[in-house]
Amino acid sequence: MKKSIIEVKHLKKSFGNHEVLKDINFSVKPGDVTSIIGASGSGKSTLLRCINLLETPTSGEILYNNEDVLLSKNIPSYRAKVGMVFQNFNLFENMNVLQNCMIGLTKVLKLDKEKAKKESLFFLEKVGMLPYVNAKPRQLSGGQKQRVAIARALAMRPDVLLFDEPTSALDPQMVGEVLSVIKSLAKEGFTMIIVTHEMAFARDVSNQVVFMSDGVILEKGTPEEIFVSPRNEKTRIFLDRFMNY
Amino acid sequence: MSLPQSFIGRIIFIIEKYGMSMLKGAGTTLVIALIGTIAGCIIGFIVGTIQATPINKKDSILKRILLRFVKIVLDIYVEVFRGTPMMVQAMFIFYGSAVLFNIHMDMWTAACFIVSINTGAYMAETVRGGILSIPDGQTEGAMAIGMNHFQTMLYVVLPQALKNIMPQIGNNLIINIKDTCVLSVIGVVELFFVTKTVSGAYYTVFEANTITMAMYLFMTVVLSKLLRIIEKKLNGPENYSLSTTDTLAYTSGLLKYPSKEEQHEKEYNRS
Ligand SMILES: Nc1ncnc2c1ncn2[C@@H]1O[C@H](COP(=O)(O)OP(=O)(O)OP(=O)(O)O)[C@@H](O)[C@H]1O
Ligand SMILES: [Mg+2]
Repeated sequence: MKKSIIEVKHLKKSFGNHEVLKDINFSVKPGDVTSIIGASGSGKSTLLRCINLLETPTSGEILYNNEDVLLSKNIPSYRAKVGMVFQNFNLFENMNVLQNCMIGLTKVLKLDKEKAKKESLFFLEKVGMLPYVNAKPRQLSGGQKQRVAIARALAMRPDVLLFDEPTSALDPQMVGEVLSVIKSLAKEGFTMIIVTHEMAFARDVSNQVVFMSDGVILEKGTPEEIFVSPRNEKTRIFLDRFMNY
Repeated sequence: MSLPQSFIGRIIFIIEKYGMSMLKGAGTTLVIALIGTIAGCIIGFIVGTIQATPINKKDSILKRILLRFVKIVLDIYVEVFRGTPMMVQAMFIFYGSAVLFNIHMDMWTAACFIVSINTGAYMAETVRGGILSIPDGQTEGAMAIGMNHFQTMLYVVLPQALKNIMPQIGNNLIINIKDTCVLSVIGVVELFFVTKTVSGAYYTVFEANTITMAMYLFMTVVLSKLLRIIEKKLNGPENYSLSTTDTLAYTSGLLKYPSKEEQHEKEYNRS
């Protein structure tokens, strides 16, 4: 069996006295595509943000290649290995598309400009945004912004990519372009953890599905196990509601 | 030489006789205001950035204590210099430094110093506000690609804050041009000082001050127009051009996507 690249153990997170995550356990192996589904407010974003240490967990462990990142002295260098794509894109408004991709390469990975540019253009082409290198984020559509954000994350050549509802802020006609980019990444064997409300997409793209409810993982398994024959009553109710809408 | 009877005549008379020294005074005003604004902005950016730095529970106790201490000192600086008139500050610093520390500043140093720290105190608050107005998403985006706090500030937050507070910087420059007149109390020969001398010489207070009004107005109007242009520049072009692959001199064959193994090898080379 392959070693886990990310392993979450007994993770807890409270905001004040509101316990948002209660004893979360799951692991991800290289090449895994893990979808996290669940009702609004169940703690999916919080979990993802804890993995990237944008939130500090209250207790528990997050192992990256078997080392607890909560004890790590160098959090930025860990973050550089674990990319994140946000619901609201979070592109740097003061930079154009190319600069958005290059800045991490030149300033964090310390690549020289030439190399950084080549890498950035490579990934911008991959997401179909090559013609827009000179555009500023505010001049792009939502779907285009999200594709740039994906290229920016990819350019860092992370080991794991985290997506927090990458299509939730998009108009329906733009959802497809972003999902197809993520699907192509899955085919290439990228390790990804994706929080999504797109059930059909989750079923197609992932090999592990995690269902969260009220800060706990109620059920996890293959897409067939979760979507075809869910064991937990709450999972069934959640999925029924989703399929009906 | 006798004073002409008509108002216009007297103005021409003053310009002919004192035009040069008034221009020199205006030059002094301009230089002090410019230096003071630029230095003040630098001070403001440093102070405001420190003030906007959150104290992180995870930092070492020493770092937290140090940061808290520095913040308190800077708070006092801002409050003192925003809360007292610049004229009083000028007297206090100029004569105080001589009496207490036996430092005899020359006029220029004293003038630039006073305007700079005064502007710095105002700018600190403006910069702090500017930083807080940048959405958290920008910071998170930067941290997510591995930038540290300093890099996040330098490359992402401050450039955007700077753009937002450009109008305030312009405001400060205009205010400084006008307010350097209070430095005449410590004997700085700027425009207002010259005007006082000129109006005293022939009892032409109204005429001399008319000329001075016009000169101040000219300086402030020209500079505010100039600042507008700089603001526009900072905003960048309205449009972008779609690039084709050749304008980028990009050949897709140059870089192939490496397999997992190669990717790992690369990482070792990189570090
Ligand atoms: N910074 C915060 N401070 C306080 N409470 C928070 C904070 N962030 C999240 N929460 C709370 O944590 C709970 C889980 O939020 P979270 O954003 O993780 O849910 P989610 O599963 O991602 O929901 P959605 O599908 O709507 O995005 C919510 O009740 C929310 O109010
Ligand atoms: Mg969420």
